[in-house]
Amino acid sequence: MKVGVLALQGDVREHIKALNACNINPIEVRRPSELAEVDALVLPGGESTTIGQLSEIFGLYDLIKARISQGMPVYGSCAGMILLANEVLDAKVGQKIFGGLDITVRRNAFGRQVDSFESDIDFADGSAAKVRAVFIRAPWVEKTGPDVQILASVESHPVAVRSKSLFATSFHPELTGDHRIHRYFIEEVARPALEKVK
Amino acid sequence: MSEVKGTGRVKRGMAEMLKGGVIMDVVNAEQAKIAEDAGAVAVMALERVPADIRAQGGVARMSDPDMIEKIQAAVSIPVMAKARIGHFVEAQVLQSLGVDYIDESEVLTPADYENHIDKWDFTVPFVCGATNLGEALRRINEGAAMIRSKGEAGTGDVSNAMQHMRKIGGEIRRLSSMREDELYVAAKELQAPYELVKEVAQSGKLPVVLFTAGGIATPADAALMMSMGADGVFIGSGIFKSGNPAERAAACVKATTFWNDAKVIADASRGLGEAMVGINVADLPAPHRLAERGW
Repeated sequence: MKVGVLALQGDVREHIKALNACNINPIEVRRPSELAEVDALVLPGGESTTIGQLSEIFGLYDLIKARISQGMPVYGSCAGMILLANEVLDAKVGQKIFGGLDITVRRNAFGRQVDSFESDIDFADGSAAKVRAVFIRAPWVEKTGPDVQILASVESHPVAVRSKSLFATSFHPELTGDHRIHRYFIEEVARPALEKVK
Repeated sequence: MSEVKGTGRVKRGMAEMLKGGVIMDVVNAEQAKIAEDAGAVAVMALERVPADIRAQGGVARMSDPDMIEKIQAAVSIPVMAKARIGHFVEAQVLQSLGVDYIDESEVLTPADYENHIDKWDFTVPFVCGATNLGEALRRINEGAAMIRSKGEAGTGDVSNAMQHMRKIGGEIRRLSSMREDELYVAAKELQAPYELVKEVAQSGKLPVVLFTAGGIATPADAALMMSMGADGVFIGSGIFKSGNPAERAAACVKATTFWNDAKVIADASRGLGEAMVGINVADLPAPHRLAERGW
Protein backbone atom coordinates (compact mmCIF):
# COMPACT_ATOMS: atom_id res chain seq x y z
CA MET A 1 0.00 0.00 0.00
CA LYS A 2 1.43 3.35 -0.99
CA VAL A 3 0.34 6.16 1.29
CA GLY A 4 0.81 9.89 0.67
CA VAL A 5 0.77 12.81 3.08
CA LEU A 6 -0.52 16.04 1.54
CA ALA A 7 2.53 18.25 2.06
CA LEU A 8 1.39 21.75 1.09
CA GLN A 9 1.50 23.06 4.67
CA GLY A 10 1.18 21.75 8.21
CA ASP A 11 2.63 19.04 10.45
CA VAL A 12 3.58 16.73 7.60
CA ARG A 13 6.74 15.41 9.30
CA GLU A 14 4.82 14.20 12.39
CA HIS A 15 2.34 12.24 10.25
CA ILE A 16 5.19 10.66 8.32
CA LYS A 17 6.82 9.57 11.59
CA ALA A 18 3.55 8.12 12.88
CA LEU A 19 3.03 6.21 9.63
CA ASN A 20 6.62 4.96 9.75
CA ALA A 21 5.79 3.47 13.15
CA CYS A 22 2.97 1.54 11.42
CA ASN A 23 5.47 0.08 8.91
CA ILE A 24 4.35 2.44 6.16
CA ASN A 25 6.82 4.47 4.14
CA PRO A 26 4.73 7.39 2.91
CA ILE A 27 5.58 9.94 0.22
CA GLU A 28 4.96 13.69 0.37
CA VAL A 29 2.28 14.80 -2.08
CA ARG A 30 2.60 18.29 -3.58
CA ARG A 31 2.06 17.60 -7.27
CA PRO A 32 -0.55 15.77 -9.39
CA SER A 33 2.08 13.19 -10.41
CA GLU A 34 2.71 12.36 -6.75
CA LEU A 35 -1.00 12.05 -6.01
CA ALA A 36 -1.32 9.59 -8.91
CA GLU A 37 1.23 7.30 -7.22
CA VAL A 38 -0.62 6.83 -3.93
CA ASP A 39 -3.40 4.45 -2.89
CA ALA A 40 -4.35 6.37 0.26
CA LEU A 41 -3.86 9.91 1.53
CA VAL A 42 -3.39 11.65 4.88
CA LEU A 43 -4.45 15.29 5.25
CA PRO A 44 -2.28 16.74 8.05
CA GLY A 45 -2.97 19.32 10.70
CA GLY A 46 -2.33 22.89 9.63
CA GLU A 47 -4.40 25.81 8.40
CA SER A 48 -7.33 24.47 6.39
CA THR A 49 -7.70 27.76 4.49
CA THR A 50 -4.05 27.68 3.37
CA ILE A 51 -4.02 23.98 2.44
CA GLY A 52 -7.29 24.24 0.47
CA GLN A 53 -6.09 27.27 -1.41
CA LEU A 54 -2.66 25.83 -2.27
CA SER A 55 -4.30 22.62 -3.47
CA GLU A 56 -6.27 24.64 -5.99
CA ILE A 57 -3.33 26.76 -7.15
CA PHE A 58 -1.17 23.69 -7.76
CA GLY A 59 -3.82 21.66 -9.58
CA LEU A 60 -4.55 19.14 -6.83
CA TYR A 61 -7.98 20.29 -5.73
CA ASP A 62 -10.12 18.69 -8.44
CA LEU A 63 -7.92 15.60 -8.54
CA ILE A 64 -8.22 14.96 -4.80
CA LYS A 65 -11.98 15.52 -4.94
CA ALA A 66 -12.21 13.01 -7.78
CA ARG A 67 -10.05 10.43 -6.00
CA ILE A 68 -12.20 10.79 -2.85
CA SER A 69 -15.36 10.15 -4.85
CA GLN A 70 -13.70 7.09 -6.41
CA GLY A 71 -13.17 5.66 -2.92
CA MET A 72 -9.54 6.52 -2.09
CA PRO A 73 -9.02 5.98 1.66
CA VAL A 74 -8.29 9.30 3.37
CA TYR A 75 -7.50 10.22 6.96
CA GLY A 76 -7.67 13.86 8.05
CA SER A 77 -6.58 15.28 11.42
CA CYS A 78 -7.91 18.68 12.54
CA ALA A 79 -7.49 20.84 9.39
CA GLY A 80 -7.76 17.52 7.54
CA MET A 81 -11.17 16.88 9.12
CA ILE A 82 -12.35 20.30 7.95
CA LEU A 83 -11.11 19.62 4.43
CA LEU A 84 -12.98 16.28 4.34
CA ALA A 85 -16.30 17.61 5.65
CA ASN A 86 -19.25 18.16 3.34
CA GLU A 87 -20.17 21.30 5.25
CA VAL A 88 -18.07 23.71 7.35
CA LEU A 89 -19.46 26.28 9.78
CA ASP A 90 -17.43 29.43 10.62
CA ALA A 91 -15.44 28.94 7.44
CA LYS A 92 -13.69 31.73 5.62
CA VAL A 93 -15.94 33.03 2.82
CA GLY A 94 -15.23 30.94 -0.28
CA GLN A 95 -13.00 28.49 1.64
CA LYS A 96 -12.00 25.49 -0.48
CA ILE A 97 -12.76 22.07 1.01
CA PHE A 98 -12.65 18.65 -0.66
CA GLY A 99 -15.73 17.23 1.05
CA GLY A 100 -16.83 13.59 0.77
CA LEU A 101 -17.45 12.86 4.45
CA ASP A 102 -21.11 13.41 5.32
CA ILE A 103 -20.55 15.62 8.34
CA THR A 104 -20.99 19.26 9.34
CA VAL A 105 -17.92 20.59 11.13
CA ARG A 106 -17.53 23.78 13.15
CA ARG A 107 -14.10 25.37 12.79
CA ASN A 108 -12.23 26.43 15.96
CA ALA A 109 -15.25 25.10 17.87
CA PHE A 110 -13.37 24.56 21.14
CA GLY A 111 -12.13 28.15 21.02
CA ARG A 112 -8.88 29.97 20.47
CA GLN A 113 -5.39 28.74 21.34
CA VAL A 114 -5.79 29.63 25.06
CA ASP A 115 -8.63 27.05 25.11
CA SER A 116 -6.58 24.33 23.38
CA PHE A 117 -6.19 21.26 25.59
CA GLU A 118 -5.21 17.64 25.89
CA SER A 119 -7.26 14.89 27.43
CA ASP A 120 -7.64 11.09 27.69
CA ILE A 121 -10.61 9.95 25.61
CA ASP A 122 -12.25 6.67 24.63
CA PHE A 123 -11.77 5.56 21.05
CA ALA A 124 -14.14 2.89 19.73
CA ASP A 125 -11.69 0.54 18.05
CA GLY A 126 -12.41 -2.31 20.46
CA SER A 127 -9.66 -1.41 22.94
CA ALA A 128 -10.53 -0.32 26.47
CA ALA A 129 -7.40 1.82 26.75
CA LYS A 130 -7.81 5.56 26.46
CA VAL A 131 -6.16 7.66 23.79
CA ARG A 132 -4.29 10.85 24.72
CA ALA A 133 -5.86 13.43 22.44
CA VAL A 134 -4.35 16.86 21.72
CA PHE A 135 -6.86 19.50 20.57
CA ILE A 136 -5.39 22.66 19.02
CA ARG A 137 -7.90 25.32 17.95
CA ALA A 138 -9.82 22.20 17.13
CA PRO A 139 -13.07 21.73 15.22
CA TRP A 140 -15.88 19.46 16.33
CA VAL A 141 -18.59 17.65 14.41
CA GLU A 142 -22.06 19.16 14.74
CA LYS A 143 -24.05 16.89 12.44
CA THR A 144 -23.42 13.45 11.00
CA GLY A 145 -25.13 11.74 8.08
CA PRO A 146 -26.77 8.28 8.45
CA ASP A 147 -23.70 6.32 7.27
CA VAL A 148 -21.28 8.08 9.61
CA GLN A 149 -19.93 6.14 12.58
CA ILE A 150 -18.91 8.18 15.65
CA LEU A 151 -15.73 6.73 17.15
CA ALA A 152 -14.98 9.30 19.87
CA SER A 153 -16.66 12.30 21.50
CA VAL A 154 -15.80 15.09 23.92
CA GLU A 155 -18.70 16.50 25.94
CA SER A 156 -21.15 14.95 23.46
CA HIS A 157 -19.41 16.52 20.45
CA PRO A 158 -18.06 13.89 18.03
CA VAL A 159 -14.30 14.28 17.53
CA ALA A 160 -13.52 11.08 15.58
CA VAL A 161 -15.77 9.90 12.76
CA ARG A 162 -15.69 7.44 9.92
CA SER A 163 -17.74 6.71 6.85
CA LYS A 164 -16.56 3.90 4.57
CA SER A 165 -13.00 4.75 3.51
CA LEU A 166 -12.96 8.26 4.98
CA PHE A 167 -11.78 8.81 8.55
CA ALA A 168 -11.25 12.04 10.47
CA THR A 169 -10.26 13.21 13.95
CA SER A 170 -10.42 16.75 15.29
CA PHE A 171 -7.40 15.98 17.49
CA HIS A 172 -3.74 15.34 16.62
CA PRO A 173 -2.59 11.75 17.27
CA GLU A 174 0.59 12.58 15.33
CA LEU A 175 1.80 14.71 18.26
CA THR A 176 1.70 12.09 21.02
CA GLY A 177 3.83 9.13 19.99
CA ASP A 178 0.83 6.80 20.44
CA HIS A 179 0.23 5.43 16.94
CA ARG A 180 -3.07 3.67 17.56
CA ILE A 181 -5.11 6.11 15.47
CA HIS A 182 -2.78 5.85 12.47
CA ARG A 183 -2.72 2.05 12.83
CA TYR A 184 -6.53 2.09 12.86
CA PHE A 185 -6.55 4.08 9.61
CA ILE A 186 -4.06 1.78 7.92
CA GLU A 187 -5.38 -1.57 9.15
CA GLU A 188 -9.11 -0.97 9.64
CA VAL A 189 -9.91 1.70 7.05
CA ALA A 190 -7.39 1.77 4.20
CA ARG A 191 -6.35 -1.89 3.88
CA PRO A 192 -9.90 -3.36 3.80
CA ALA A 193 -11.05 -0.65 1.36
CA LEU A 194 -8.15 -1.28 -1.01
CA GLU A 195 -8.55 -5.07 -0.84
CA LYS A 196 -12.18 -4.73 -1.81
CA VAL A 197 -11.15 -2.80 -4.93
CA LYS A 198 -8.75 -5.58 -5.92
CA MET B 1 -12.21 13.28 31.79
CA SER B 2 -9.36 15.57 32.73
CA GLU B 3 -8.80 18.38 30.27
CA VAL B 4 -5.49 20.21 30.64
CA LYS B 5 -4.91 23.54 28.91
CA GLY B 6 -1.65 25.28 28.14
CA THR B 7 0.58 22.18 28.29
CA GLY B 8 3.94 22.19 26.55
CA ARG B 9 2.52 19.84 23.94
CA VAL B 10 -0.46 22.09 23.24
CA LYS B 11 1.76 25.18 23.00
CA ARG B 12 4.51 23.63 20.89
CA GLY B 13 1.92 21.67 18.88
CA MET B 14 0.24 24.91 17.80
CA ALA B 15 3.53 25.97 16.17
CA GLU B 16 3.82 22.56 14.45
CA MET B 17 0.53 23.37 12.68
CA LEU B 18 2.02 26.57 11.24
CA LYS B 19 4.94 24.77 9.58
CA GLY B 20 5.48 25.33 5.89
CA GLY B 21 3.49 28.54 6.17
CA VAL B 22 3.87 32.31 6.08
CA ILE B 23 2.90 34.55 9.00
CA MET B 24 2.26 38.14 7.91
CA ASP B 25 2.39 41.47 9.80
CA VAL B 26 -0.86 43.41 9.49
CA VAL B 27 -1.93 46.73 10.98
CA ASN B 28 -5.70 46.61 10.36
CA ALA B 29 -8.61 44.29 9.54
CA GLU B 30 -8.41 45.01 5.82
CA GLN B 31 -4.76 43.93 5.62
CA ALA B 32 -5.58 40.87 7.74
CA LYS B 33 -8.19 39.79 5.19
CA ILE B 34 -5.75 40.30 2.32
CA ALA B 35 -3.24 38.12 4.18
CA GLU B 36 -5.81 35.39 4.87
CA ASP B 37 -6.99 35.41 1.25
CA ALA B 38 -3.38 35.12 0.11
CA GLY B 39 -2.95 31.93 2.14
CA ALA B 40 -1.21 33.18 5.31
CA VAL B 41 -1.28 30.60 8.13
CA ALA B 42 -1.53 33.37 10.74
CA VAL B 43 -1.31 37.14 11.05
CA MET B 44 0.71 39.26 13.46
CA ALA B 45 -1.38 42.21 14.61
CA LEU B 46 0.67 45.33 15.30
CA GLU B 47 0.24 49.07 15.18
CA ARG B 48 3.12 49.86 12.87
CA VAL B 49 5.15 47.50 10.72
CA PRO B 50 8.88 47.46 11.60
CA ALA B 51 9.81 49.70 8.63
CA ASP B 52 7.53 52.43 10.02
CA ILE B 53 8.73 51.94 13.60
CA ARG B 54 12.22 52.46 12.21
CA ALA B 55 11.26 55.53 10.17
CA GLN B 56 9.14 57.23 12.85
CA GLY B 57 11.23 56.33 15.89
CA GLY B 58 9.89 56.76 19.42
CA VAL B 59 8.91 54.03 21.86
CA ALA B 60 7.12 51.09 20.21
CA ARG B 61 4.60 49.27 22.43
CA MET B 62 1.88 46.62 22.44
CA SER B 63 -1.01 47.40 20.08
CA ASP B 64 -4.36 48.89 21.03
CA PRO B 65 -6.73 46.08 22.19
CA ASP B 66 -9.50 47.48 19.95
CA MET B 67 -7.29 47.07 16.92
CA ILE B 68 -6.39 43.50 17.88
CA GLU B 69 -10.03 42.58 18.43
CA LYS B 70 -11.04 44.02 15.05
CA ILE B 71 -8.43 41.83 13.41
CA GLN B 72 -9.58 38.78 15.40
CA ALA B 73 -13.13 39.43 14.20
CA ALA B 74 -12.04 39.84 10.58
CA VAL B 75 -10.19 36.54 10.03
CA SER B 76 -10.55 32.84 10.88
CA ILE B 77 -6.80 32.09 10.98
CA PRO B 78 -4.71 32.49 14.18
CA VAL B 79 -3.94 36.04 15.33
CA MET B 80 -0.61 36.74 17.03
CA ALA B 81 0.45 39.96 18.73
CA LYS B 82 3.67 41.46 20.07
CA ALA B 83 4.61 42.32 23.64
CA ARG B 84 7.76 44.22 24.64
CA ILE B 85 10.67 42.12 25.92
CA GLY B 86 10.16 41.61 29.65
CA HIS B 87 6.77 43.37 29.72
CA PHE B 88 4.73 40.63 31.38
CA VAL B 89 1.72 42.87 31.92
CA GLU B 90 1.41 43.54 28.18
CA ALA B 91 1.57 39.77 27.78
CA GLN B 92 -1.19 39.29 30.39
CA VAL B 93 -3.33 41.79 28.50
CA LEU B 94 -2.76 39.99 25.20
CA GLN B 95 -3.61 36.65 26.81
CA SER B 96 -6.85 38.10 28.17
CA LEU B 97 -7.74 39.22 24.63
CA GLY B 98 -7.37 35.62 23.49
CA VAL B 99 -4.55 36.12 21.00
CA ASP B 100 -3.29 32.77 19.74
CA TYR B 101 0.46 33.43 20.14
CA ILE B 102 2.49 36.21 21.75
CA ASP B 103 5.70 37.40 20.13
CA GLU B 104 8.02 38.74 22.83
CA SER B 105 9.66 40.94 20.27
CA GLU B 106 12.83 43.00 19.88
CA VAL B 107 10.94 45.03 17.26
CA LEU B 108 9.19 46.82 20.13
CA THR B 109 11.18 48.89 22.61
CA PRO B 110 12.32 46.57 25.43
CA ALA B 111 10.73 47.03 28.86
CA ASP B 112 13.46 45.12 30.71
CA TYR B 113 17.12 45.12 29.72
CA GLU B 114 17.98 42.08 31.84
CA ASN B 115 15.04 39.70 32.08
CA HIS B 116 12.65 38.25 29.56
CA ILE B 117 9.07 37.27 30.45
CA ASP B 118 8.62 34.07 32.48
CA LYS B 119 6.62 32.38 29.77
CA TRP B 120 5.80 29.25 31.83
CA ASP B 121 3.36 31.47 33.76
CA PHE B 122 1.04 31.73 30.75
CA THR B 123 -1.55 29.52 29.01
CA VAL B 124 -0.96 31.28 25.70
CA PRO B 125 2.21 30.17 23.87
CA PHE B 126 5.13 32.50 23.07
CA VAL B 127 7.46 32.88 20.12
CA CYS B 128 10.80 34.63 20.72
CA GLY B 129 13.60 35.82 18.48
CA ALA B 130 17.15 34.46 18.52
CA THR B 131 20.36 35.25 16.69
CA ASN B 132 22.20 32.11 17.85
CA LEU B 133 21.63 28.75 19.53
CA GLY B 134 22.42 29.90 23.07
CA GLU B 135 19.86 32.69 22.84
CA ALA B 136 17.27 30.27 21.41
CA LEU B 137 17.82 27.79 24.25
CA ARG B 138 17.64 30.52 26.92
CA ARG B 139 14.25 31.53 25.51
CA ILE B 140 13.06 27.91 25.43
CA ASN B 141 14.24 27.54 29.03
CA GLU B 142 12.00 30.52 29.91
CA GLY B 143 9.05 28.76 28.23
CA ALA B 144 9.10 29.88 24.58
CA ALA B 145 7.19 27.30 22.49
CA MET B 146 8.51 28.53 19.14
CA ILE B 147 11.66 30.32 18.01
CA ARG B 148 12.21 32.64 15.07
CA SER B 149 15.60 33.74 13.89
CA LYS B 150 15.64 37.52 14.25
CA GLY B 151 17.14 38.92 11.09
CA GLU B 152 16.99 42.70 10.97
CA ALA B 153 13.32 43.69 10.94
CA GLY B 154 12.02 46.47 8.72
CA THR B 155 14.97 46.55 6.34
CA GLY B 156 14.04 44.27 3.44
CA ASP B 157 17.67 43.10 3.68
CA VAL B 158 17.80 39.34 4.16
CA SER B 159 21.48 39.11 5.08
CA ASN B 160 20.99 39.09 8.85
CA ALA B 161 18.27 36.44 8.67
CA MET B 162 20.70 34.37 6.64
CA GLN B 163 23.49 34.93 9.14
CA HIS B 164 21.26 33.93 12.09
CA MET B 165 19.94 30.78 10.38
CA ARG B 166 23.49 29.73 9.48
CA LYS B 167 24.63 30.43 13.02
CA ILE B 168 21.83 28.44 14.68
CA GLY B 169 22.16 25.57 12.20
CA GLY B 170 25.95 25.53 12.48
CA GLU B 171 25.90 25.45 16.27
CA ILE B 172 23.38 22.58 16.24
CA ARG B 173 25.58 20.61 13.82
CA ARG B 174 28.60 21.27 16.02
CA LEU B 175 26.80 19.93 19.11
CA SER B 176 25.71 16.83 17.20
CA SER B 177 29.33 16.00 16.41
CA MET B 178 30.57 16.32 20.01
CA ARG B 179 31.44 13.62 22.52
CA GLU B 180 28.96 13.48 25.38
CA ASP B 181 31.59 14.56 27.91
CA GLU B 182 32.20 17.74 25.91
CA LEU B 183 28.60 18.96 26.23
CA TYR B 184 29.14 20.44 29.71
CA VAL B 185 31.62 22.96 28.38
CA ALA B 186 29.47 23.50 25.30
CA ALA B 187 26.57 24.43 27.60
CA LYS B 188 28.82 26.86 29.46
CA GLU B 189 29.98 28.47 26.21
CA LEU B 190 26.44 28.72 24.83
CA GLN B 191 25.23 30.12 28.17
CA ALA B 192 22.36 27.67 27.95
CA PRO B 193 21.01 24.94 30.27
CA TYR B 194 22.89 21.63 29.99
CA GLU B 195 19.69 19.55 29.66
CA LEU B 196 18.57 21.50 26.58
CA VAL B 197 22.06 21.38 25.09
CA LYS B 198 22.11 17.61 25.52
CA GLU B 199 18.65 17.29 23.94
CA VAL B 200 19.73 19.31 20.89
CA ALA B 201 22.97 17.31 20.59
CA GLN B 202 21.00 14.05 20.54
CA SER B 203 18.12 15.08 18.28
CA GLY B 204 20.08 17.35 15.91
CA LYS B 205 17.35 20.00 16.04
CA LEU B 206 15.73 22.53 18.34
CA PRO B 207 13.03 21.07 20.62
CA VAL B 208 10.55 23.60 19.18
CA VAL B 209 9.59 24.82 15.72
CA LEU B 210 12.08 27.29 14.16
CA PHE B 211 10.74 29.99 11.85
CA THR B 212 12.74 32.79 10.33
CA ALA B 213 12.08 36.53 10.24
CA GLY B 214 13.59 39.91 9.49
CA GLY B 215 14.18 41.36 6.04
CA ILE B 216 12.29 38.84 3.90
CA ALA B 217 10.82 40.76 0.95
CA THR B 218 10.55 38.41 -2.04
CA PRO B 219 9.38 34.86 -2.85
CA ALA B 220 13.01 33.91 -3.42
CA ASP B 221 13.95 35.28 0.05
CA ALA B 222 11.25 33.06 1.60
CA ALA B 223 12.48 30.00 -0.32
CA LEU B 224 16.09 30.78 0.64
CA MET B 225 15.14 30.68 4.32
CA MET B 226 13.23 27.42 3.89
CA SER B 227 16.25 25.86 2.22
CA MET B 228 18.37 26.98 5.21
CA GLY B 229 16.18 24.75 7.39
CA ALA B 230 13.46 27.17 8.54
CA ASP B 231 10.09 25.53 9.28
CA GLY B 232 8.28 28.61 7.96
CA VAL B 233 8.66 32.38 7.59
CA PHE B 234 7.44 35.62 9.12
CA ILE B 235 7.09 38.49 6.65
CA GLY B 236 6.76 41.88 8.27
CA SER B 237 7.13 45.05 6.26
CA GLY B 238 7.95 43.11 3.07
CA ILE B 239 4.32 42.67 2.01
CA PHE B 240 2.38 45.79 2.88
CA LYS B 241 5.30 48.10 2.09
CA SER B 242 5.44 46.73 -1.46
CA GLY B 243 3.65 47.82 -4.63
CA ASN B 244 1.15 44.96 -4.80
CA PRO B 245 0.60 43.38 -1.37
CA ALA B 246 -2.08 40.80 -2.31
CA GLU B 247 -0.05 39.29 -5.14
CA ARG B 248 3.27 39.47 -3.30
CA ALA B 249 1.72 37.76 -0.27
CA ALA B 250 0.29 34.93 -2.41
CA ALA B 251 3.61 34.58 -4.23
CA CYS B 252 5.55 34.23 -0.97
CA VAL B 253 3.10 31.55 0.21
CA LYS B 254 3.67 29.56 -3.01
CA ALA B 255 7.44 29.89 -2.79
CA THR B 256 7.43 28.75 0.86
CA THR B 257 5.64 25.51 -0.04
CA PHE B 258 7.72 24.86 -3.20
CA TRP B 259 11.00 26.24 -1.80
CA ASN B 260 13.02 23.57 -3.63
CA ASP B 261 11.41 24.09 -7.04
CA ALA B 262 13.04 27.03 -8.86
CA LYS B 263 10.45 26.96 -11.62
CA VAL B 264 7.58 27.53 -9.21
CA ILE B 265 9.57 30.32 -7.50
CA ALA B 266 10.28 31.91 -10.90
CA ASP B 267 6.57 31.86 -11.80
CA ALA B 268 5.64 33.24 -8.40
CA SER B 269 8.17 36.07 -8.82
CA ARG B 270 6.74 37.38 -12.11
CA GLY B 271 4.96 40.73 -12.32
CA LEU B 272 4.83 41.53 -8.62
CA GLY B 273 5.69 45.20 -9.08
CA GLU B 274 7.93 47.10 -6.69
CA ALA B 275 9.40 45.25 -3.72
CA MET B 276 9.81 47.31 -0.54
CA VAL B 277 12.65 49.77 -1.04
CA GLY B 278 14.66 48.59 1.91
CA ILE B 279 17.74 49.65 3.83
CA ASN B 280 21.10 47.91 3.78
CA VAL B 281 21.76 46.61 7.28
CA ALA B 282 25.40 47.68 6.87
CA ASP B 283 24.23 51.32 6.61
CA LEU B 284 22.34 51.13 9.92
CA PRO B 285 24.22 52.57 12.87
CA ALA B 286 24.63 49.96 15.61
CA PRO B 287 22.17 51.56 18.09
CA HIS B 288 19.43 51.22 15.47
CA ARG B 289 19.89 47.49 14.97
CA LEU B 290 16.98 45.64 16.56
CA ALA B 291 18.54 42.16 16.44
CA GLU B 292 20.92 43.14 19.24
CA ARG B 293 18.00 43.52 21.66
CA GLY B 294 17.54 40.32 23.69
CA TRP B 295 19.83 38.81 26.31
